[in-house]
Amino acid sequence: MSNETKPSVELRIPILKDMELVATSTADVIAKYMQLSEEESGEISMALIEATINAFEHSESQKDIFINFTISDDELTIKVIDQGKGFDSKGIQIPDIDSKLKKQERKRGWGVMLIKELMDSVDYESSNDGTTLTMTKKKKNE
Amino acid sequence: MSKIINTEEQNIYVIVKTEGYFNKDLGELVISVVEEKVQEDKFHFILDLEQSKIVNSIGASILIEVIEILQDKDGTLSLCHMAPIIEKTFSIMGLTKYCNTFATLDEALAQ
Repeated sequence: MSNETKPSVELRIPILKDMELVATSTADVIAKYMQLSEEESGEISMALIEATINAFEHSESQKDIFINFTISDDELTIKVIDQGKGFDSKGIQIPDIDSKLKKQERKRGWGVMLIKELMDSVDYESSNDGTTLTMTKKKKNE
Repeated sequence: MSKIINTEEQNIYVIVKTEGYFNKDLGELVISVVEEKVQEDKFHFILDLEQSKIVNSIGASILIEVIEILQDKDGTLSLCHMAPIIEKTFSIMGLTKYCNTFATLDEALAQ
């Protein structure tokens, strides 16, 4: 597939309860189209849930979230775009369950770690106008 | 709709069966059951996730709170019927280090 002919799907999602599942439903359809495995499809959905929730929660904005899926022969690229105030992804601490249990720490904060573990590449671009998370899942050759 | 579809007791175990997206709301329903049963000196729980095929990290984080409550009572949390992506998510988080995991409810009850 050349760059000009890569099919894409675009979603605009309001910040409403459980609306991240709209994104996962779309991802399921795309994963089937791409003939991705159940495992790959599940990993994409889980990463997408976390990315969308993070966009909802951390953008500190009530503006809609945009999600773009770009399909190519060997990978799926997903962009999750919020219009919030931006954040420094380098400042995110890696969570550890042992310390969360022992030190009465806040139990949340797993989203970025899960996204990085479940996807093949993850990149954040952030400014005062918002954050774009770009993540890819490569199709396994079976 | 996320909900608890059944809570029952067998031997020393309280079995909680959920349905739907395991999100913050469902996590809070589960921890409410645990808090209530702990007051009745029930400290061993089995969470049956057969009807919950998808989770988010907020729901999973509430299970860490459940583990914390049960650790204080020398109790246990067992998980069964986990979808592969839920098992993988809990494993990445390290949650499965603090839970017993089983393929079926019968196996969980026979532990």
